[in-house]
Amino acid sequence: MSELTHLTLAQARDRLVKGETSAVELTRAHIAQVEAKRHLNAFITETPERALAEAEASDARRRQGTAGAMEGLPIGIKDLFCTEGVRTTAASKILDGFVPPYESTVSGNLKTAGAISLGKLNLDEFAMGSSNKTSAFGPAINPWTRRSDPAAKLVPGGSSGGSAAAVAARMVLGATGTDTGGSIRQPAAFCGITGIKPTYGRCSRYGIVAFASSLDQAGPMARTVRDCAIMLGAMAGFDPKDSTSVNLKVPDFEAALTGDIRGLKVGIPREYRPDGLSAEISEVWEKGIAWLKEAGAEPVEINLPHTKYALPTYYIVAPAEASSNLARYDGLRFGQRVPGKSLDEMYAKSRAAGFGPEVRRRILIGTYVLSAGYYDAYYAKAQKVRRLIAEDFRKAFETVDVILTPTAPSPAFGLDENTDDPVTMWLNDVFTIPTSLAGLPGLSLPAGLSSDGLPLGLQLIGRPFDEETVFKVAGVMESAAGFDVSPEGV
Amino acid sequence: MAYLIEGETGTWEIVIGLEVHAQVISNAKLFSGAATTFGAEPNSQVSFVDAGFPGMLPVINAVCVSQAVRTGLGLKAKINLTSVFARKNYFYADLPQGYQISQYDKPIVGEGELILDLADGSTRTVGIERLHLEQDAGKSIHDMHPTKSFIDLNRSGVALMEIVSKPDLRSPEEAGLYLTKLRSILRYLGTCDGNMQEGSMRCDANVSVRPVGSTELRTRCEIKNVNSIRFVQQAIEYEARRHVEVYESGGEIRQETRLFDSGRVETRSMRSKEHAHDYRYFPDPDLLPLVIEQAFVDEIKAGLPELPDEKKARFMAEYGLNAYDAGVLVAEKISAEFFETVAKGRDPKLACNWVMGDFFAALNASGKTIEEPPVTAANLGAMIDLITDGTLSGRLAKDVFALMVETGKAPGVLVEERGLKQVTDTGAIEAAIDAVIAANPDKVQQVRDGKTTLLGWFVGQVMKATQGKANPALVNELLAKKVQG
Repeated sequence: MSELTHLTLAQARDRLVKGETSAVELTRAHIAQVEAKRHLNAFITETPERALAEAEASDARRRQGTAGAMEGLPIGIKDLFCTEGVRTTAASKILDGFVPPYESTVSGNLKTAGAISLGKLNLDEFAMGSSNKTSAFGPAINPWTRRSDPAAKLVPGGSSGGSAAAVAARMVLGATGTDTGGSIRQPAAFCGITGIKPTYGRCSRYGIVAFASSLDQAGPMARTVRDCAIMLGAMAGFDPKDSTSVNLKVPDFEAALTGDIRGLKVGIPREYRPDGLSAEISEVWEKGIAWLKEAGAEPVEINLPHTKYALPTYYIVAPAEASSNLARYDGLRFGQRVPGKSLDEMYAKSRAAGFGPEVRRRILIGTYVLSAGYYDAYYAKAQKVRRLIAEDFRKAFETVDVILTPTAPSPAFGLDENTDDPVTMWLNDVFTIPTSLAGLPGLSLPAGLSSDGLPLGLQLIGRPFDEETVFKVAGVMESAAGFDVSPEGV
Repeated sequence: MAYLIEGETGTWEIVIGLEVHAQVISNAKLFSGAATTFGAEPNSQVSFVDAGFPGMLPVINAVCVSQAVRTGLGLKAKINLTSVFARKNYFYADLPQGYQISQYDKPIVGEGELILDLADGSTRTVGIERLHLEQDAGKSIHDMHPTKSFIDLNRSGVALMEIVSKPDLRSPEEAGLYLTKLRSILRYLGTCDGNMQEGSMRCDANVSVRPVGSTELRTRCEIKNVNSIRFVQQAIEYEARRHVEVYESGGEIRQETRLFDSGRVETRSMRSKEHAHDYRYFPDPDLLPLVIEQAFVDEIKAGLPELPDEKKARFMAEYGLNAYDAGVLVAEKISAEFFETVAKGRDPKLACNWVMGDFFAALNASGKTIEEPPVTAANLGAMIDLITDGTLSGRLAKDVFALMVETGKAPGVLVEERGLKQVTDTGAIEAAIDAVIAANPDKVQQVRDGKTTLLGWFVGQVMKATQGKANPALVNELLAKKVQG
């Protein structure tokens, strides 16, 4: 393993600026690591030749003095982002053979900023899952293992599990993720890295295979808060091609990392301390509160009374939108087609063959909750509750500047665990879903290790479009946590 | 006169509501930048958005919004400053996204009205329930291959306005008048070309019947996609009679969608029960609610043209036309303009008679459109000037008009060339009259004995003798003197 893969994204950038390394060197080192860590199944599609060609072009740009903010930095792209000329699968068989003739705005922005993509990263099928096990390409594996049982394979979380595993295993300096109910934050926590779901509307959804349009949001996953700040700056921005993207100037997120959080009020929601919350999670949360206090911030107990309704609300809204968004996968214009004697039979056969069980489950739930006679009881009511949840946060942010919670109720679990009942799996996102429903920015950063040696994450939630405060507080916590451990063998 | 159906058990009336899909005139589609030209090569006007590719997102076309508002204002309707796009979910091969983006419970335009111009010159107001914007689907072509269907997505995503009437129509004739008037308004506004053959205006008719005197609304059937006004009328007529027969034989009408077969002039059930659709409408999460400013609406309102109803009222007030004539003239903006050019500075009633009479007859006979009229408005006006100044008699004018149609020449030129000038020289006319009297002493006697109706015969003979050029008024006057003594 090269020393180059141990740099953070910011360190690598600084070395490139000083001319101490080149994009080609960095890219080669990371491609070697991708090959060395193939057993983690983090990539669905590797594009080393493309990456090296891009790296050469990047070095040329730097020589000409036209380097972008992410110039020459090797990254990975979650395989939910359409990439022009590069197979895009959404980890589903139904998109078999689909090579988009267009580039998603976010991956395009990163390209424009000079980033080098090493390929497309594994995920749960259509981003539906919290373990990466629903991928049609087999699950990505968490590079972390339990001290008590190093042989047991653990999940990297989901849906952006490939992204988290690749960043944690030093295959890339950063990766794009998408987050609908926790799909950036939970895998970041499971893999001991940092990831932020920005405010809904901060990043364009154009060219991202849609799961639940009112919740989907792209964000960066990297090893440090600063890395995420740099990368989000390159990803974000108004896009006239996405009607829900917001026309706001993208701030200099890196500049927000002042280290000064004196006088900031940090909300500690009572509802995030349910009965049966593991002691380890409780402890790491207390530690986080203590770090913030030490740095001069003021913890404030707050109430988010509708929190308990968030999970059921999410599991109505998200599948409803998904059932409609996924109707276009009909085998007619792209992807897998299974012939049938009639149009309906062709639909049924193509979709049955193309979609995995979790996707089918959610399409069925979504179809049900939108059906005549059930719409008011489910979808309409869920939308009302969603507004109440957002209102909880709005009120809380009248008195606090940021909210601190655990990211997930447990550390990474085993590949063969949590398989009996889909609801157990869904509970993984209990702390991240309210933020998604409210459209707020949420960042997860590693705060320590469990007794069994697995990373635990804490989540910081901010006001709409106030990622800067989130980054600032996260930066302080990161320094206090001093999380400098790597998974075995990395 | 009400349109009623005499059944065996009593008299029935028809209740009709129409849903018109009017294709918005715009260069680009409702949610994509693809072009909308009719008749282009199949699948040549399709963006990735229209084809429902992964990750593609709709972006509203502001032109279509302004056209919908314009149409709403033309229908004197309430404009909703906030409206919501919803997805109507169903699977079909020519619906690439698996849903149609439409508006459901929050349309852009609310209640309005449309005035029917009835044949007797009276009017009747029909309520408009709503107007909403939606995407069109693509086109499935089933007859090009024995087992395959071909799909043309050119139309996929094109903006439509669905204009829904209240169930206020009571006869096939009224339905026809409604469609004619609506088309006229849309064309005046420039928001839809109203071409039913090309499918840019399509009509679904909701039909039910009820015993005369009843106010109930019975189960209706929807007849889909009828593509001419005549067919709409035939479909309604057939469907209403079918309902009466079903009820009178003790049956029940099932709410269903039916198709009109123009060859057999009948409707038949289109969807079986197992395909009953639950469209699962819900607000499209890719689009924010459509919010428009009152100022935007006001600006469109300020730029509205004079519409048929106002123009008709003005024609009646300004030109003294009757309601029927005014109604016919304003039906098409261009015919109204033609009339106004002819009438300008002239006797408007004379102008109206010529436009409505000989001109429209010639237009029909020529097979031309009024855009390329058989006689220009300027020439027709000049001809009327020749009548007014006495150069042409009405009779001569008809000949000149026919020659204008034939040659396209100006009336002045034709009068010169053919010597068609009216004779007002009393001496020449007297001579002709004297000759006729001399040749027909017996008939002169009959007139003098009281058979004055024979005078008309004398007029005819004199006109004949002067090749029709004699001023008819002079002929009458002189004849009366000479024959009757």
